[in-house]
Amino acid sequence: MSPWLALAIWLLVVATIIPVMGMAIGYAEMKISAHMQSRIGPYFAGGRFGWAQLIADGVKFFQKEDLVPDNADRPVFKMAPVLVMVGTVGLFVVIPFGPGLTPQNLDLGIFYALAISSIGTIGVLMAGWSSGNKYSLIGGLRAAGQLIAYELPLVLAVVGVVILAGTMSLDGIVQAQISWFSEAGWAWGMPFVIVQAVGLGVFFIASLAELSRIPFDMPIAESELVMGYLTEYSGFRFLFFFLAEFANMFTLSAIAATLFLGGYWVPGVPDSILQFVGPLVLLGKIALFVFVSIWLRWTFPRFREDQLQTLAWKWLVPISLANIIVTGILKVVI
Amino acid sequence: MGFEDWIAEPLNWVFAVIALATVVSGFRVVTSPNVVHAALFLVAALAGTAALFLLLAAEFLAWVLVLVYIGAVIVLFLFGIMITRAPTGRDESNLDHKRRLPAALVSLALLALLLWGLISQWGDTTIDRITAGTPTTVLGEGLLGRFVFPFEVVGFVLLAALVGGITIARRDLSPAEEKEWESK
Repeated sequence: MSPWLALAIWLLVVATIIPVMGMAIGYAEMKISAHMQSRIGPYFAGGRFGWAQLIADGVKFFQKEDLVPDNADRPVFKMAPVLVMVGTVGLFVVIPFGPGLTPQNLDLGIFYALAISSIGTIGVLMAGWSSGNKYSLIGGLRAAGQLIAYELPLVLAVVGVVILAGTMSLDGIVQAQISWFSEAGWAWGMPFVIVQAVGLGVFFIASLAELSRIPFDMPIAESELVMGYLTEYSGFRFLFFFLAEFANMFTLSAIAATLFLGGYWVPGVPDSILQFVGPLVLLGKIALFVFVSIWLRWTFPRFREDQLQTLAWKWLVPISLANIIVTGILKVVI
Repeated sequence: MGFEDWIAEPLNWVFAVIALATVVSGFRVVTSPNVVHAALFLVAALAGTAALFLLLAAEFLAWVLVLVYIGAVIVLFLFGIMITRAPTGRDESNLDHKRRLPAALVSLALLALLLWGLISQWGDTTIDRITAGTPTTVLGEGLLGRFVFPFEVVGFVLLAALVGGITIARRDLSPAEEKEWESK
């Protein structure tokens, strides 16, 4: 297959996955939160269960006028959603969906993923500043402070897995989990969550903060800041932010699943079958993470700004550093 | 290698476009009348540099540049600018400087020095097309093996700079304030 054709196919796949997954997660969020609050949630759109609610919302966004405030910095205001989307789309490059089903199996894998996802922060800051609105500016600032603080534990939490696997390639990390006991002659591997539960905890909390989800949603705190850096956005630019947020939930969960739960792998299933079931298995593990984060969202109240910084710098960073040291020592000793 | 040979190579076209974009945004960093715009052009310049590293198959360096500079340093820049003053539109405060001529001379002299150093050392060297970068494991072993001493020294210097920065920025509390702080 020519590289251009392969590229076109992957682009098409990603261009379908992002809106579809964004809508699926958005729908799940509406339904699950509704049932957690003894409501029914979307009900009428599409005939049954309100399954078409998100499609209707998407169409509505496209019909709306593309407003740019008078005080806004036009080029920056218009670029910001694109930059946020770049960070999200870029993540899809390295996620292994099955054996041999990685778009590009980069040697740097996880490092690339962390680097490309940090681009979105610039987009958020640009959105906050360029809107020419104080709610937006404060929201952008809060987002920046939060994303800087939680970038560190996110990166450090991954190091433990990298030490165990001996590679940064995401596909290599899955392979390491599959063949963990192969020297002892066992066919059963080990998902890294068993020895890296601390890493998973730190990674999950930090990724919730990166996504600005409750309990870390100070940047868009509706009760204080209207909608934070999103206040002035409307129509399809708002849709861009919205989709990027949910697609980011998808990709970060996919990375967490790959690093800690073995990605596309289920114990005892050969590669020939995994090639077809792999993406579905990964989807199931992603759904688990997505469900937990929706669950947390409707369980916990919002943190205060100082509590947020305390959690990051005084708890998560030392814990993940200790995790690295212990993992490193054990790797050498055992 | 003549210019015609150079231009016939498609990779050089890519290089030319990226290099031009990097130079233009680097120029705009110092000429743009708005501080936030200047910082954003710096993002573009750094992204261009990362792309040049990618062309040389230096993947690790390229993504370090993105993670550290674009993802953290520029974000801190922007954070600092926005928390102090961040006017949209034209910045009223004067960002220009009276001594722009000496500044231009100094930067041109620096450019000439760097170019001279590069050309006199590697002017005639041609390299084959780079197809594969150094694996990260080799980089890591080099950094923590052969070059471990300079690596640690750099780490120590950075730590010292960090401590110095905190010392300068922090203000000692007066006795009254200290008492108030303790009572909390």
